[in-house]
Amino acid sequence: MTNSTDTNRSGYAITARGLTRKFGDLVAVSNLDLDVPRARIYGFLGPNGSGKSTTIRMLCGLLTPTSGSATVLGMDVSGNTERLKPRIGYMTQKFSLYGDLTVCENLEFVADVYSYPRSGRNARMAELLENYDLEDQAKQLAGTMSGGQRQRLALASAVLHRPELLLLDEPTSAVDPRSRRDFWAKLFELSDAGTTILVSTHYMDEAERCHRLAILDRGVKVADGAPADLQENTGMAIIEVLAESPSRAQSLLSELPEVRSVTQLGVRLRVLVPSRVDAPLDLVSGALRDAGVAADSSIVPASLEDVFVAVTQDDGSSERAA
Amino acid sequence: MNALIRLLAVVRKELRQLRRDRLTFAMIVGIPIGQILLFGYAINLDVRNLAAAVSDQADTHLSRQFVAELGQTQVLRIREHVTTPEQLEDLLRAGRISIGVHIPYDFDRRVIDADRPAAHLLVDGADPTILGVANQLANMPVAFDTWPVLTPPRRTLEVRPYYNPERRTAVNIVPGLIGVILTLTMMLFTAVAIVRERERGNLEFLINTPVSTTQLMVGKVIPYVVIGLIQLALITGAGKLLFDVPIRGSILQLYVAAFAFIAANLALGLFISTVAKTQFQAMQVTFFILLPSILLSGFVFPFDGMPVFAQYLGELLPITHFIRLTRGIMLREASLPEISSELLLLVVFTVVAMTAAILRFSRRLD
Repeated sequence: MTNSTDTNRSGYAITARGLTRKFGDLVAVSNLDLDVPRARIYGFLGPNGSGKSTTIRMLCGLLTPTSGSATVLGMDVSGNTERLKPRIGYMTQKFSLYGDLTVCENLEFVADVYSYPRSGRNARMAELLENYDLEDQAKQLAGTMSGGQRQRLALASAVLHRPELLLLDEPTSAVDPRSRRDFWAKLFELSDAGTTILVSTHYMDEAERCHRLAILDRGVKVADGAPADLQENTGMAIIEVLAESPSRAQSLLSELPEVRSVTQLGVRLRVLVPSRVDAPLDLVSGALRDAGVAADSSIVPASLEDVFVAVTQDDGSSERAA
Repeated sequence: MNALIRLLAVVRKELRQLRRDRLTFAMIVGIPIGQILLFGYAINLDVRNLAAAVSDQADTHLSRQFVAELGQTQVLRIREHVTTPEQLEDLLRAGRISIGVHIPYDFDRRVIDADRPAAHLLVDGADPTILGVANQLANMPVAFDTWPVLTPPRRTLEVRPYYNPERRTAVNIVPGLIGVILTLTMMLFTAVAIVRERERGNLEFLINTPVSTTQLMVGKVIPYVVIGLIQLALITGAGKLLFDVPIRGSILQLYVAAFAFIAANLALGLFISTVAKTQFQAMQVTFFILLPSILLSGFVFPFDGMPVFAQYLGELLPITHFIRLTRGIMLREASLPEISSELLLLVVFTVVAMTAAILRFSRRLD
């Protein structure tokens, strides 16, 4: 059991060790270790079914871990769920406020159940309406609003009681790119003000914005670190190929035993070759030349997508922490 | 204090949602009024106007007079005259008549001969009620005008009808109908209450807030208690206005009894809500309970006349005890202390069902 001074000293809002959750035979989350620093945005990146939601639900006490333990805000989650609830804000993947209540009525309900003090309540609600650009919708039923508006309302509700920790489960999966950008601006404001944010996503551009990132694949954490560090330490050489007939080049390169993966992006191909292979550029351009495919090849820095490909399409041996 | 604020927050939320749910709102008023009109006018245990046919093979003065008298009882409505008993059987089988009157050629002689029945009634005996009516008709006297006026045989017992001397069915039906309507609406409203939040995804948000299970359950129930009492006022009002159903006992005591009964049904509904996975399942379970509530509670059939096994089942239903309370208070001018055991059973039922609902409700997803 970790007491709260320990956590403050270590500077982690969440620590988890060996967190595992099984649903029957399915292992949704397997042996997950996690350290989420305070006042930072920490991302969970992974495809659907990789265990992101299950982990978040275990961290807020909605699901009991099959094994392992988690400490949140200095308290062991098991046994302290009720004490933690007032300190955590949780935004579900699906909109979970009341569609048949107005924006104001929803916020009022949230304020009541979190026992927000009467005196400051009106000011807080006005502040949230303004901050989250909901003033025009104050009297509108939540169910009739657009995806972006609903998402802003959900975030406003989650932060109304000023929680120390925000758990956001794929908050942007149903909104347009502009709303997503605005949404992230809000997250940075909150993080700057000291809120710890754990956010799951399957968008690369969102993952790139996080201070720190864990990549989950079929319930296993396959990478963990700052996005830039992960990009520098992929253990791969990334070769960009501009070929006249990309599809021919792709099938040709895919057959080379040294090549990990070939992804087509428009007319360009991104070829991943493990670092242990000598002279990867010569290997790729040589193979193309021998086959008579006209192409320009060059080594480029890794993108987060390359990181994702490198750590997920793998036998699991390439886990690396930055 | 915070607990009370949270409880009231749930109440206010329910009321606001209810106000916007027009169909439910319409049901609150529509079900009691619709049902009382339907049941009040339709359920009539005084059997009248049974479809009948006559084959009068005697066709004498006496037989024609007899047939006319049968018609005057208003129990039978004679639709057809045929010539043979076989034709009567055909009509029975076709379902066009419930009773056939066969008067043989030697009707007049049979009337004189006390050992032989004068005529025959062919009865669709599948319905015991019709058979009962036929047995009463069988005792109808028939005599020649020239005979001295018979003095009716002396009765052993004199019947003195208390509480409903005019024998109006509505007087007996309406107090029970309160129970049926409240069972239907109260149980249905709360049975879907938790399931709906789960289906709409609200529950995942709700169980992550500091709202406790008890606050959630009690908060969801309170608005419906008020609605149930309003329905009681509607039904008793309509009963008085349309069918002149009296409330002879204390109105306050009637409301106390109704309050206990409403609470029992709401608690049962909440329990169903924690068991059912979907709103459809919740409704199925509700109707599974509603049917025995109508048939085994003494609402339609006299409770004492039911098989012992069915009586035990009936005793388990809250409505059985409530109907005893309402009939007692409204018709027999009984006071609550005289029938307090029924009230106590309702309270016990409420506590058990509510506890079960709270224990069954999990604030986790696993």
